[in-house]
Amino acid sequence: MSKLIQDFEVLKNIKLNSECFILVITPPQPLPEIKPGQFAEIRVDFSPATFLRRPISVYDVDYEKNNLSLLIQVVGEGTKKLSGLKAGETINLIYPLGNSFSLPEGQNALLIGGGIGVAPLLFLGRYLRDFQKQPTFLLGFRCADLMVEITEFEKLGNVYITTDDGTAGEKGLVIRHSILKTDQLDFDIIYTCGPEVMMKAVGKYAVSRGIECEASLENTMACGFGACLCCAQKTIHGNKMVCQDGPVFKTSEIIWQT
Amino acid sequence: MADLSVNIGNLHLKNPVTTASGCFGYGPEFDDFIDVNRLGGIFVKGTTGINREGNPYPRMAETPAGMLNSVGLQNKGIDFFISDIYPKIKDYDTQIIVNVSGSTIEEYVEVSGKLNELEKIPAIELNISCPNVKEGGMVFGTHCPSAIRVTEAVRRSYHKTLIVKLSPNVTSIPEFAKAVENAGADAISLINTLLGMAIDAEKRKPVLATVTGGLSGPAIKPVALRMVWEAYRTVNIPVIGIGGIMNAADAIEFMLAGATAIQIGTANFIDPQVTIKVIEGIKSYLDRFKITDVNTLIGCLELPDDFKQYRPPTV
Repeated sequence: MSKLIQDFEVLKNIKLNSECFILVITPPQPLPEIKPGQFAEIRVDFSPATFLRRPISVYDVDYEKNNLSLLIQVVGEGTKKLSGLKAGETINLIYPLGNSFSLPEGQNALLIGGGIGVAPLLFLGRYLRDFQKQPTFLLGFRCADLMVEITEFEKLGNVYITTDDGTAGEKGLVIRHSILKTDQLDFDIIYTCGPEVMMKAVGKYAVSRGIECEASLENTMACGFGACLCCAQKTIHGNKMVCQDGPVFKTSEIIWQT
Repeated sequence: MADLSVNIGNLHLKNPVTTASGCFGYGPEFDDFIDVNRLGGIFVKGTTGINREGNPYPRMAETPAGMLNSVGLQNKGIDFFISDIYPKIKDYDTQIIVNVSGSTIEEYVEVSGKLNELEKIPAIELNISCPNVKEGGMVFGTHCPSAIRVTEAVRRSYHKTLIVKLSPNVTSIPEFAKAVENAGADAISLINTLLGMAIDAEKRKPVLATVTGGLSGPAIKPVALRMVWEAYRTVNIPVIGIGGIMNAADAIEFMLAGATAIQIGTANFIDPQVTIKVIEGIKSYLDRFKITDVNTLIGCLELPDDFKQYRPPTV
């Protein structure tokens, strides 16, 4: 599948909470096929302070309306500038980049996201539903105020929530949620995206239950298409490039840093 | 239309725009974005005697108008290059130059010798300036007797165009430029990255796993221009300018300072189509000034009278 470099028009910039926003954008031509887990490299502006593109995973795709949605958290100068984009303005994307989550053989998938790591899981859930699979979401946030549009996830499957402070769902880390302790739930695969410590713990849980597990990584990168070799991830097969060999890896193959 | 072709020793380039090693993969990475055949040349990823996994992660830090990297010459080695990569890129209608690196003089000689046998590789670029490997690399580029020894050793066994890539992490560029010219280099390219560092104050830790790394991007352009100009005023072999080139104006500045050709590095990460835009931009510059041959730009910087005869000291 070929990679494109295109200007998109911003249709909407929806502020979700004090940190997160959704950009709904449209390209001049019909969108190519995009798979869940893939990402785009977004050019922020031409200023020296935000020199490189920002890798952002695809949150949702609407082929009928020819729209792409990106769920973004303000973490630094670049994302702060993107948060100020207004309808009618233009942003430049290189996309679709990277591999994608694989389709499970079985029916039931558990999608575990932490913080902004929930971003690729909505599109993945939609994709699973398209193939008659049943996604269940377990999403962790710092507090209720920082949750994203949970109703969108609820349209696709059951949603379980944890927050660090207990203001929504169960209090504590996603990995301690009660659904993971019961033996009644039977998942064929777990997909995860979020902080490395969380993904590592999820991977460990998957091994203990004998369930396949895939994680989407976000190592810092300069290009996003295999030229700079900055986003190396140690795996049991040697260094792999998150931008091209990933961002999705089997957790059983990842050698975690932490 | 103006003639854009230039010569680096016996190496003929259809235009002066090439890509810097480590910033363009091997070429196919950019096939989706541009017609790679339009480039003057591609300096492919640094190649060593054996497979190198490169440095630990994190390897990159964004800095004002630039970036630090500490990739550390990740590559699968010369034999893999010959068996798996060369067949895929040898039919590009552009000059493919392999950047050669090593930990020992023997390794440089071994890799260069193997490349000498490849019909579609008309030149190599000796990387004696990588700041990101413990052994070799920059050690050869910052110690003049070592730079001379490795250049001489490769020259004995390599019979095509030999370009030596200089490190900016030295006190005197003229000293090294002159030394590798005398040791048999057909051309020099400069600059490689400047050794730098980034710190995360919140975590009180260095950003890069290797603590230090190589700085590239427009942040280093003024330093690179000065060094290219000094080198041009020192040697009688062609100079290839590298360092923060983002557009045609930058490329032309390097040519005015004395570069026969230029390499575009970091800009490829931000705009994978930048090389073509630079070629087009050079064309329109030449048209605008009614210049018919791009070679007339090389070193034609108009200097104040005091500087017209200037030769930088070579120590």
